[in-house]
Parts: sequence; structure tokens; C-alpha cells
Amino acid sequence: MKIKKGVSEIIFDIFNYIFLGLLCFTFLYPMLYVLFASFSNPIKLMAYRGPLLKPLDFSVEAYKLLLSYPMIWIGYRNTIIYVVLGTAINILLTTMGGYVLSRRNLKLKNPIMFFIAFTMYFSGGMIPTYLLVQSLGMIDTIWAMIIPGAISTTNLIIMRTGFHSVPDSLEESARIDGAGDWTILFRIMIPLAMPMIAVMILFYAVGHWNAFFNAIIYLRSRDLYPLQLVLREILIMNSTENMTTGISDASDRFAITELIKYAAIIVATVPILCIYPFLQKYFVKGVMIGAIKE
Amino acid sequence: MARQINSKKQGQSELLRDLKRNKNLYLMLLPIVAYYFIFHYIPMYGVQIAFKDFTPAKGILGSPWVGLEKFREFFVYDSYYVWRIIRNTILLNVYDIIFGFPAPIIFALLLNEIKNSVYKRTLQTISYMPHFISTVVIVGIILDFFSRDGLINQILKSLGILSEPISFMTEPGWFRPIYVGSGIWQQLGWNSIIYLAAISNIDPQLYEAALIDGAGRFKQAIYVTLPGILPTIVILFILRMGSIMNVGFEKVYLMYNPLTYETADVISTYVYRKGLLEMDYSYGAAVGLFNSLINFMFVVMANQLSKKFTETSLW
Repeated sequence: MKIKKGVSEIIFDIFNYIFLGLLCFTFLYPMLYVLFASFSNPIKLMAYRGPLLKPLDFSVEAYKLLLSYPMIWIGYRNTIIYVVLGTAINILLTTMGGYVLSRRNLKLKNPIMFFIAFTMYFSGGMIPTYLLVQSLGMIDTIWAMIIPGAISTTNLIIMRTGFHSVPDSLEESARIDGAGDWTILFRIMIPLAMPMIAVMILFYAVGHWNAFFNAIIYLRSRDLYPLQLVLREILIMNSTENMTTGISDASDRFAITELIKYAAIIVATVPILCIYPFLQKYFVKGVMIGAIKE
Repeated sequence: MARQINSKKQGQSELLRDLKRNKNLYLMLLPIVAYYFIFHYIPMYGVQIAFKDFTPAKGILGSPWVGLEKFREFFVYDSYYVWRIIRNTILLNVYDIIFGFPAPIIFALLLNEIKNSVYKRTLQTISYMPHFISTVVIVGIILDFFSRDGLINQILKSLGILSEPISFMTEPGWFRPIYVGSGIWQQLGWNSIIYLAAISNIDPQLYEAALIDGAGRFKQAIYVTLPGILPTIVILFILRMGSIMNVGFEKVYLMYNPLTYETADVISTYVYRKGLLEMDYSYGAAVGLFNSLINFMFVVMANQLSKKFTETSLW
């Protein structure tokens, strides 16, 4: 059935297409600006006023200086360690927990579920948690970046809901074939829940990549700094002296400092922005399940 | 009486049998329970230092009790800070609820009217993007764009709106708009996912019926789409109310500076400065406990509301 559109609807359509296009442009443009600026000539960029539509005199000077700064590489290395190790532990615990808590016949399931869910509503707070991590000897070790956040309760609940949707008959037939709980988990449940696990990997990995709170609170030695702490020094505390010592002219140094910031943003953000469109169809599902609590 | 004991015994032996039969499952659960016990329940136990004069040398148990002394210190001696951080924490939330909560709903409704699926998908993909950018980078971009000679001032000046540049980041009056606005910018697309999904679950027959009744697209949106996603809106609103005392530590910490403490300092940043930087652990724990308790109250209230209006509750 097709009904002719009224004039007001056509006007609305035009307005809506343009409005949303512009809105999404404001989501995209800051990143484009940073990208263009990072490839610009520092002196020209300083003199320039207004939005950029392409790099001003293409130059990779900022990247050269940035990538010759050892802390960037240390930060990158550490972040990769935290992402890989942290996500592996997250996924192992979240799938095991989600699987067990999705089984129907466990007597202690509800009390344990309450024990876990209660922590979403009340917590000891920053100071007692800090003292605990300190007394466990984790301060200034990589474990402080990994263990205190080993499970996210929201993600655990998402996984549990995901396992709920696997039909019981699959498990039953596996049992008849003599499979135990471990076999069922690793050979049947995990392969079936793979899209869900992909979502979890994305959520956890992005979390570790962007993690800042634990690092600022628990880490002291620069050797352990994740990328985000190095970025904070460059972007927010303006400490780029180490990179620009070779430049004698003060205004040149100021100009290149600004450029290094843009390059740092690109270097730290592009890896994540490159992978997420491919995982989009999965995480929409994850967000949906996360919103439904039983 | 005898029967009670009997059934109790029976319950125990049933539990034992369950433990034995599902040994592997409980074994899998062990590290998870241990994690929650250690990293969530031990800090709850450690909260007692809020009522003690804690010194690391004496430990939690060895430190002397001082009752409500630390709370008195906070509410009486530092009363200037108390009201400031509570006001700031609540106001940032209130503004976020007023402006940030409806934004993704409106976005989802407008996006739903886009019929060209390629355009729609492109818009969606772009709108999620800011969600994946780290807080440090977001704040870095904000500091750059909103600086005295940053992009925002340049644009406002060239449009003739401003004659003198504003130093947004050092003026307390600008902290809240920039904090809330950038939050909307970052999360709008991501938060709209759930509303879009709810919209796609609405029965298409309802639209056909509305069409036959002569409803145009505006009326369809108001009388079919909006009521269709209302349960989702209510649930998310209630969940949002439950976290009213939580303002993210990271973004405030990265964005503020002593010049903007007046409007920017919130409970968690205050706890961090007093508790961890000045190492006044008991005081920090007392302020943190106060925050947790208020938050818990909000959660309980939100849950009651949820039970009443949506028949869905968190427990």
C-alpha cells in the first residue's frame, strides 16, 4: 500500500536527511581535523585559522618526532600486554562463570548470583580497594592492571543470558554421548556462543586499551605505563620537551609541540577505530542482551 | 520440631548431593566466587577504616576506633567542600539526565525515519565512533579545541559571535556545559542502539492500522513508535537514576584544574585527592562510604519504582 507523501512530509524528510548528516559530520569531523592537522606543516598550521579540509603542506615531521620518543613504544608495548593478558583472563572467567550460572539445576545458583549482583549496587570504594591491592603487593606491578578488574559483572550477566539461549537438548545429547561439564563447555557451548564471545572480547579489549583509572592509581614506574598515561603526559600535561630538544627556535618548538599532540591522538586511536566497523553487527547484539536483566 | 530438624538435615544432604553431582560446575565457579570475595567483599570489610584512625603500620584491625570522628571532620570542619562536591556531583548528573537522556531517543526516532538503508547504516556507524575513543584522547581534543586560540574560538570569532576569545577550560561557568555536552557527543550514537532495536521490534501491523486510520508519519511516530519504546525508556531511565551519585572519575580528573574546582570537583575526585594523594585514608574512606550509601539508597528507590511501573526489577 502506497500513499502519496504530503508536502510537509517531504520537507521533513529533506530536513531530517540534512540534519542527521550534519550531526554525524560533527562526530566524524574532530577526528578528521586531528588527522589533517597531524600531517600538516607546523608553522603553517599555527598561522592558519578555521576548520581544515586537508593537511596544510603534507608533512610527517610530527610522527617522526613522536615515534622517536621511547615512551610511546613503552606505552604501546605495555598496553598490548595488558590488552592480551587481561582480555584472556577476562574471557576465561566470564565464559566459565556465565556458563555455570546459566545451568538450571544448581542449588547454590541463586545465592551466588545474589552474591555477585550485590556488588553492582554497593562497593567499598576507592580507598579500601586501594589498600587491598596494596596489601596484596600488586602496587606497581602489571597485575594491578589486570586482576582487580578480572570480571565485569555486566559482561558476566550478558554471557549468562547468551548461554541461556543455547537449547538444552544439545547439552543432553552430549551427556548421553558421555561428555562431561568441561567438554560441554569447551566443545559445545563456547563454539555456539562465539558471536557473543566476540562481543565480550571487543568490550574487554577496548576497556583495557583505554584503561586509565587503575594505571593512575596503582602504577608508579614509567616502565609500566600504558599508552593512555603516556598520552596524558603529552596531551594534558604538555610534556613534550624530550621530543623537541633538537629544535632551538622557541616558536618552532611550540608549533611542533601542538602537532605532536595531534599525531599522538591518531597513533593511539586509529587501531581501535579501524577494527570496530567490522565488529559492529556483533556488539549491537551484545548491547541488547546487556540491557535485559532477568 | 523433629520434622523441622529432619527437613533441615534433608536439605543439607540434598545440598551435599548437589555439590557432589555438579562438582565440575562448582569447580569452575570457584575462581569467580574467589574473585568477588577478594576484590569486592574484602573492600566492603575494609570500609571500617572510615570509623578508625587508620595508619598503615597498625593495619586495619590494629588501628583505634574513633567512631564518627571522620564524618564530623568532613561535615563540620570541611563543610565548605562537602556542599561543593555534593552539589557538583548532583548537578552534573541532573544536567546529564535533562539533556543527555532524551538525546539518543530523539536521535533514534529521527534515524528511524531515514528510509535509505545505506545512508542509515553509514550514519549509525559514524555515530558509534566516539564511544571507542579513550577518555584521555577525548579530553585532549576538548582541551585543544576549547583553548583560547583553539578551533571553537576561531569559528565563533569568524562568525562574529565573539569579539574576544573565551578561555573555556579555566572558567568555572563553562565546565558543566562542556562536560555534559562532550558526554552527549561521545555517547549519543552508542546509547541509541538499544532504542533502535526496540523500534525494530514494534509490530509492523500497528503502523498499517495507523495508516488506515489516516495517521501521517508524525502521528505514527507519536502514537505508535514512542509508546512502543516507552518500556525501554522507563527501564533505562530508572537504571540511570540508580547511578546518580556516580560521576566518572576519569573525565573530571582529566578535565578539571584548580581554577575550575568550584564547579568541577566531585566526590570521587575529592576522595582521590584527600585519600590517596594526601594519604588521609580514613577520611577518604569516610567520604567514599557516604557516597556509596547515598548511591545505594538511589538504587533501592529506583528498583522499587521499576517494580511498580515495569514489573521488571533488578532483584
